[in-house]
Amino acid sequence: MNEKLFQHVNWDKMWEATVETLYMTGISTFYTFIFGLLLGVLLFLSSPGQLWKNKLVYGVTGAFVNIFRSIPFIILIILIIPFTTLLVGSMRGPEAAIPALVIGAAPFYARMVMIGLREIDRGVIEAAKSMGAKTSTIIFKVLLPESMPALLSGITVTAIALVGYTAMAGVIGAGGLGNLAYYEGFQRSRTDVMIVATVIILIIVFIIQFIGDVAVKKMDKR
Amino acid sequence: MIQLKDVNKKFGIGPKTIVAVDKVNLEIEEGEIFGIIGYSGAGKSTLIRLLNGLEKPSSGTVKIAGYEMSSVSAKELREARKKISMIFQHFNLLWSRTVKQNISFPLEIAGIKKAEREKRVNELIELVGLKGREDAYPSELSGGQKQRVGIARALANDPEVLLCDEATSALDPETTDSILDLLTSINERLGLTIVLITHEMHVIRKICHRVAVMEAGNVVETGSVLEVFQSPKEAITKRFVSQVTEPAGTEQVLAHIPGGTLIKLAFVGEKTEHPVLASLIRKFDIDVNIVQGNISHTKAGAYGTLILQLLGNEKDVDMAIAYLHELGVQTEVIDNE
Repeated sequence: MNEKLFQHVNWDKMWEATVETLYMTGISTFYTFIFGLLLGVLLFLSSPGQLWKNKLVYGVTGAFVNIFRSIPFIILIILIIPFTTLLVGSMRGPEAAIPALVIGAAPFYARMVMIGLREIDRGVIEAAKSMGAKTSTIIFKVLLPESMPALLSGITVTAIALVGYTAMAGVIGAGGLGNLAYYEGFQRSRTDVMIVATVIILIIVFIIQFIGDVAVKKMDKR
Repeated sequence: MIQLKDVNKKFGIGPKTIVAVDKVNLEIEEGEIFGIIGYSGAGKSTLIRLLNGLEKPSSGTVKIAGYEMSSVSAKELREARKKISMIFQHFNLLWSRTVKQNISFPLEIAGIKKAEREKRVNELIELVGLKGREDAYPSELSGGQKQRVGIARALANDPEVLLCDEATSALDPETTDSILDLLTSINERLGLTIVLITHEMHVIRKICHRVAVMEAGNVVETGSVLEVFQSPKEAITKRFVSQVTEPAGTEQVLAHIPGGTLIKLAFVGEKTEHPVLASLIRKFDIDVNIVQGNISHTKAGAYGTLILQLLGNEKDVDMAIAYLHELGVQTEVIDNE
């Protein structure tokens, strides 16, 4: 029955594409977390009334974040092709998708980091200052731990968005489930291939959400 | 210990400038519990933040524990803050850390080794009476317990000064008293100087040695607590004093007393024990009716007020009042028309 229902599905290829999608999502989520956190913390600290309040840094960082957050992903991929080739040496394959994925997602995550940090009670930061804490201590021992649930739920949302982005990257040749669904499924009118690829993407998303929810619940002691 | 000289603090620029602290001069002795009372917006929060450099004065000098806060370097400021700790109205604990870890935080900042931190944290938990709760998170604690964690945290680095920013204002009356008792015992045992700001005269009465009254950025009155209770000079001080000496509803009660002369007596210290009333009735041909009485215990002694209705002919009443003055009892005739 299996053979008939999914007669066009090549399970080996499907598995390979799944691994590629997981690979792209995993690596790009990792780098998005790092760069988004850096940007978000910088944005927060330089904002008015904060520890490093600085109109110039805040303005430049804010503009950078807003611009890259607003460019549609499919266009961003094409725009940064020269950068990608320089960095990866090729503009095809899963590796080549990663710079675009990170540049597209990190500013998005940076905003969420900033929102998370802004929710920390100012009094707690003041208390740390009143104990003689250095700014680095405040960042690593107050800001990050105190906003951890927000940082985790933010990265969960971002990772899920990244799964969607990898599918888009697939269309221009990055591989993965999106690539498979489009070329093998849509263009050849093989609905079963599209459906299977979509269901696998859904499962990946559900698993990410589940892991994120569990992690947030475990961290949140409020 | 603490010396403020011509301290000004302004916020904003141009026409929007707000003067939060206006030419304040204060001197606070080592080992004393000094209270600053004022309504919200009087500038007391800013004033206490000038003491640990969370705010810099616009002009004037702030000297505390040997540091000149208006001109210290960033590094010195961090050192100074280990000697000048602070507790807060909303406790400001890290919710992501347990009681133990919260108390350990200032020790981590000071770079103390783990084994030593552990030992010190256990001592502090014992000191503030939180034994058995060391692994709880702040969200699992009551307000009073949270403030105990705040106090333990503030004491971790053996400070010389403890600043209390409305430390009991978010607590119920009973918890307030237990926290105030804890502060008093810390002051006595460790010889710590405590500066507290509050809008509740009850707090001042219960634990302070001296008090400063603030209004619109100015310190309008300073003195020992008993002195201020006995003879408040400014209108605002009188209002604060009446918070604790007159039970709620006094005005309504007075309005319903018809006729006679109403007088308010104030007793301080030993005079509270003299049988003034008995001799008044015996010596003069008047009737005395007790309208209201109250004794407050301050740190330096008792302070009582008594409101009496005197009935009799005018001459006798006048003579009775003169007699009270003679005894040295502070007497004030209240207008009840």
